[in-house]
Amino acid sequence: MRPQLTEDQSVTSPRIRQIILQQSKRANVGHIGSALSIADIVAALYRDVLKIPDLDAPDRDRFILSKGHAVLAVYAALYLRGWLSEAQLDTYCGDGTLLGVHPEHQLRGIDFSTGSLGHGLSFGAGTALAAHLQQLTHRTFALVSDAECNEGSLWEAVMFAAHHRLANLVAIIDLNGQQALGYTEQILGINEMADRWRIFGWDAHEVDGHSISDIAGTIAGLDTTSGPPHVLVARTVFGKGVSYMERQIRWHYMPMSDEQYCQAMAEVGGAL
Amino acid sequence: MRAEFAATLTELAEADPRILLLTGDLGFMALEPFVERFPQRFFNVGVAEQNMVGLATGLAAAGFIPFVYSIVTFASLRPYEFIRNGPILHQLPVRIVGIGGGFEYGTAGVSHYGLEDIGVMRIQPGLTIIAPADFQQTRTALLNSYALPGPIYYRLGKDDKTTIPGLDGRFDLGRAQTIRAGDDLLFVTMGAIASDTAAAAESLVAQGIACTVMVVASVNPAPENDLVEALARFPLVVTVEAHYAVGGLGSLVAEMIAEHKLSCRLVRCAVREAPNGVSGGQAFLHDAHGLSDRCLAQTASREFARVGRRETTFLSNSHST
Repeated sequence: MRPQLTEDQSVTSPRIRQIILQQSKRANVGHIGSALSIADIVAALYRDVLKIPDLDAPDRDRFILSKGHAVLAVYAALYLRGWLSEAQLDTYCGDGTLLGVHPEHQLRGIDFSTGSLGHGLSFGAGTALAAHLQQLTHRTFALVSDAECNEGSLWEAVMFAAHHRLANLVAIIDLNGQQALGYTEQILGINEMADRWRIFGWDAHEVDGHSISDIAGTIAGLDTTSGPPHVLVARTVFGKGVSYMERQIRWHYMPMSDEQYCQAMAEVGGAL
Repeated sequence: MRAEFAATLTELAEADPRILLLTGDLGFMALEPFVERFPQRFFNVGVAEQNMVGLATGLAAAGFIPFVYSIVTFASLRPYEFIRNGPILHQLPVRIVGIGGGFEYGTAGVSHYGLEDIGVMRIQPGLTIIAPADFQQTRTALLNSYALPGPIYYRLGKDDKTTIPGLDGRFDLGRAQTIRAGDDLLFVTMGAIASDTAAAAESLVAQGIACTVMVVASVNPAPENDLVEALARFPLVVTVEAHYAVGGLGSLVAEMIAEHKLSCRLVRCAVREAPNGVSGGQAFLHDAHGLSDRCLAQTASREFARVGRRETTFLSNSHST
């Protein structure tokens, strides 16, 4: 079945979820649950948080999706903001596309290519340090996964940002408790996430990762001009919005059948 | 070369505010001139080479030219994936500076030997690779390359005193420098071991063997025209590098010979076996791995006796076919 896009261009969580499902179905690929997990965080960022007057503006806020495998949610937001055409969006996972399962900076609107976990926060600490040196006031946001905190390199960046008090750096952790082959607590336990970052010198906030107002409101209250870097530990549900995907490990990789697609779209309020 | 690097970088930084220097907590008695002149543009990021390259990627994306500094192995192998996914895939002007190629950290032990860096860097498209032979060439290379738009890997030696006879600090991107001319065999060398190569060539004079010696500091872009022109003139080429035999200068020359259908005999003097825990001074290790001037001269002399001069082998064979 050929999913149809609707005319609604506002950046909302339901629209992002619908596009995730439509494109995943059209391309017959997985990583659906990971993208659904961050749909509300991405909606908050692209609707209320990121100051991007122009995609090439030197003082625009930077956004780095360090958990690159969920980029379909970001493609959806770029489309809803009008920075990506429907024709471009429809190349997702096609031959010769710039819209792969992980983001490439050659695509307008993507600041950094990612896909190998543990890189993005270092890139972000670099852009945050650059803004400080250039006396610019823009901010850098890096969205990382909880399992990404398995990577030692991430903690190198955590230490650097705290030591240099990069107040203009905001990390957001998609704390969905899952990773490719299981639940994080079973694989490499990382409980007390906020405290771990606090002890490293970060200003940590725990938020509901599915509440746009909680996410955007918390970010609005951050002092991004001086002080320590900030982290939002966003509690999320893997596969959020599609009942049969929620908290299910297999939806890290599985594509949808026609039947599953119809049910999923109905649950996120989308038209088939 | 590291003191010259710091001095030249400090000089460049006076005129170019884009230049920053990051170190992974190394550079004692080397980086001080830059640190003292530009404390706000120097960052000791701690012992965290992956983050150092990631930071540099973000800094370069914002318009800076960050130099990241460490010992060869820690600068190249530890953050290798960051180098690939950061400056190379984003084509950003990050400069990775590795100190101490080959066995320069002799007594420090095997963990500190730089034996693979050129090989792993050379397979990456879009990465300029520069391996100067002495401190004078380091300065010229830095001046001529630092502002290139893409990423660069510099492999620098520790020696700030030795000069390679005949090199006179020359460097051109994509070119090789001939430091000695002779008609019997061709040495092609890279990095600080050029001094041993030059000494070997000099010692062969007594045996009546006249050598041409070419220095390859611009590893990528490779000096293809210069190499092919020279390789076509000699029946025997001996490559010399303080690096494993696979992937480095000898491999580069082998590729040139094969791709251009040249008929010269190639002998690669390089490190053939892992050090197996054995350390010692650089001179000892060069000798143990067949890379001292004495060993190089022996190898060249032996191979020359087999191959002979062009007039009696290569040319006559060519004429007879």
